[in-house]
Amino acid sequence: MILRMLPWAYLLAAFVFIYLPVGTLVLFSFQEGSLPVPPFNGPSLRWYGDILGDDDLTGALLNSLLVAFGAASVSVVLGFLAAYGLARHVLPGSAVMRGLLIAPLTVSYLIVGLGLLIVITRAGLGLSLVTAAIGHVVINLPIAFAIIYASMGAQQQNAERAARDLGASEAQVIRLVTVPMLMPAIAAAFFLSVTLSWDEFIIAFLLTRFDVTLPVEIWSMLRSGLSPRLNAIGSLVFLVSVSVVLILELLVFRRRR
Amino acid sequence: MTPRAERIRGWGFAAPALLWTVAFFVVPFLVMGAMSLATLEGRTLVWGLSLANYVELTEKAYLARAIMVSLEITVTVTVVSVVLAYPLAWIIAFRVPARWQRLALLLAILPFWTSYVVRSYAWLLVLAREGMINNTLIGLGLISEPITLANTRFATVTGFVHFFVMLLTLTIYANLIQLSPNYRRAAMDLGANAFQTFRHVILPLTLPGIVTGAFLTFVLCIGDYVTPQILGGNTELTVPQVIMVQLGRRADFPLASALAIVLMGIVTLAYIASARWLRLDRL
Repeated sequence: MILRMLPWAYLLAAFVFIYLPVGTLVLFSFQEGSLPVPPFNGPSLRWYGDILGDDDLTGALLNSLLVAFGAASVSVVLGFLAAYGLARHVLPGSAVMRGLLIAPLTVSYLIVGLGLLIVITRAGLGLSLVTAAIGHVVINLPIAFAIIYASMGAQQQNAERAARDLGASEAQVIRLVTVPMLMPAIAAAFFLSVTLSWDEFIIAFLLTRFDVTLPVEIWSMLRSGLSPRLNAIGSLVFLVSVSVVLILELLVFRRRR
Repeated sequence: MTPRAERIRGWGFAAPALLWTVAFFVVPFLVMGAMSLATLEGRTLVWGLSLANYVELTEKAYLARAIMVSLEITVTVTVVSVVLAYPLAWIIAFRVPARWQRLALLLAILPFWTSYVVRSYAWLLVLAREGMINNTLIGLGLISEPITLANTRFATVTGFVHFFVMLLTLTIYANLIQLSPNYRRAAMDLGANAFQTFRHVILPLTLPGIVTGAFLTFVLCIGDYVTPQILGGNTELTVPQVIMVQLGRRADFPLASALAIVLMGIVTLAYIASARWLRLDRL
């Protein structure tokens, strides 16, 4: 009897462990007082009102979205073109090229950021949201490429051949056949790229200066210790990421099965 | 199309992504390598082929110590995460009814998507002196004085383990679910008990999933700056923390680069050690 309950007890304990920090974060974002620790007195929306009225934070939020959507767009376009080129054309050395495109995945973000920081400062260029976005494309391009490349199968190739036999140009084939057929993979790559980029910290921290992204702004708020404002902003960031993941799950992965 | 025109066209499609990767990844990486062989004289940078930075790593106690601390934390985190995640993946794959499995898995990895700065901060709320755990324990009368949990190695390891248990549950589950139930049935029919079946049949078959997840854990953990900085406080420094100190206060890019190269060397060794079982292409 006890042995049969054991798996469920383990499952329960695991879920408590997994949800303890997020649960605490969200609960105390509704704290009335100015310290996000027990006892809980609330609920109150005071801190949400506070952060939404903070220009630094809303500005940083906007910057984050800008960087995330910009970096994701570039990653998906470059990743798609490379996947199309390598999957549809017989090229010598294509294994090496695939390896090169995937390589940034094996290096930690800190090192990617450090390398770019050295080159940018040595070249005498300034740091900005653009340099942060360039760094984010470096880490998201391999993922976009891998996802799209993996979903290019024989099925699409037959449809592409048929379109070509009917006289479509290469641009028409890509626009009217390949892209629509690969839409689930392209959307998955785009939204995954957005979620990874929009709350990325270390590259954004190293490669921005005056205009910063939200995680960098949160980082500087952290220096003054525990605060319900941080809980509120953290809960909002979590909510956005989870929404994107759930939309992805419902729209893309459900349909594929 | 002739094969030649075909090839040129293929390269044309791949070229933008390849150029981007070379310009913003390969070149910076090579410059960083060259930087690790340069030296600082006062505040001016002198390019050269000097091993001074690497020698400094062995001579200065705090640098060698940081490498040890990083290795200890990373190995602890990897082992603990695998041991905790395997039963969880197992239960979801074999005990949870099929129609609830996808939901259970989704729920088990949902907080994975919390921003990593926010996730570490959330653990600080739980572990702080006046935080959730101390408050609950005092409320239950188990302790009378708060115990120090935050700003310790324990806190860093907890924060890491939380993250990687979710990642490993995903990779191990993906591996378990592919196993045909016939393996288990055959082992049972041949008289193996549950433990023997696990030890001699299931475990070897799921080793690729475990090793792949463990390798990812190792790579992401040893390169992370945020978690030890927020949760570990400044009691002991990991390699990424020392790199950030070199960049910030001292602007010592050569030493920071040498540390980054050492970090990559450690990851390469881990890759060689696990290459036999790694299935990175199957992720």
